[in-house]
Amino acid sequence: MATQQEVQVQQKREVENDRESTVPARRYVPVTDIFETDQALTVVLEMPGIDKGSVDVRVENDILSIEGQVDLSKYRALAPLYIEYNVGNYARSFQLSSKIDQDRITAELKDGVMTVTLPKAEKAKPRRINVS
Amino acid sequence: MSLNLHDPFDALFTLQRALDARRGSEWMGRGTAASGSYPPVNIFQQGDDFIAVLEVPGVGKDNLSIEAKENTIRISGRKAIDYGEDTSVHRRERLSGVFDRTIALPIDINPESVRAEYHDGVLALFIPRAEHEKPRTIKIG
Repeated sequence: MATQQEVQVQQKREVENDRESTVPARRYVPVTDIFETDQALTVVLEMPGIDKGSVDVRVENDILSIEGQVDLSKYRALAPLYIEYNVGNYARSFQLSSKIDQDRITAELKDGVMTVTLPKAEKAKPRRINVS
Repeated sequence: MSLNLHDPFDALFTLQRALDARRGSEWMGRGTAASGSYPPVNIFQQGDDFIAVLEVPGVGKDNLSIEAKENTIRISGRKAIDYGEDTSVHRRERLSGVFDRTIALPIDINPESVRAEYHDGVLALFIPRAEHEKPRTIKIG
């Protein structure tokens, strides 16, 4: 590509239909890409400011849920002057199909991007059939 | 003047309200963005100095370039997304591409002492005020 397009700003979306919480703070939906290969389904979420210690990835009742908590201590001594984006925790969940082998799900987090790899169960992988 | 985040139950709510109150504030004047709009920036004051916080998830230190002049900061780089061949994309929300944003500050800064830190997709710039912009206390004779 000779010239690349410019990245656009994305406004954060709040979680809709959120379960009521005891704390009146906003939660945001992390921007997500989902793609599939023969081996696995991969979910990639952007959660800037979240590190390994503040993220929770779990699978329960066929639902994959990812939550990230933002670290507020860094903001303590600061006075806001000019603000373009708000800061908050992230939450998103996905319904998993039976094609996924839940025991082999892995996740990694780098530079604020979480990649969750959902390997397909053996029977769900495409099988080549040899023609004799 | 700094954020009172001591109540653990309301700390996040307090922060979010404080940020909302200053959203798009006039502090930057009319020259908000000398050019470009990504990455979004939040600017804070700590004592006499400024801290600019920008969200650049997935960009990485090697793809970021920062330049400082008397009253401008320029952040440029590339956000690359590559999922390889033989992939079938079901959902595409992330954006990629190049970015080049120059922020003009209303106060002169000291470019030599600007410090940058990058963690988990967040770039923090510690921007000291220029010497000639520092207020001098005046004694009453």
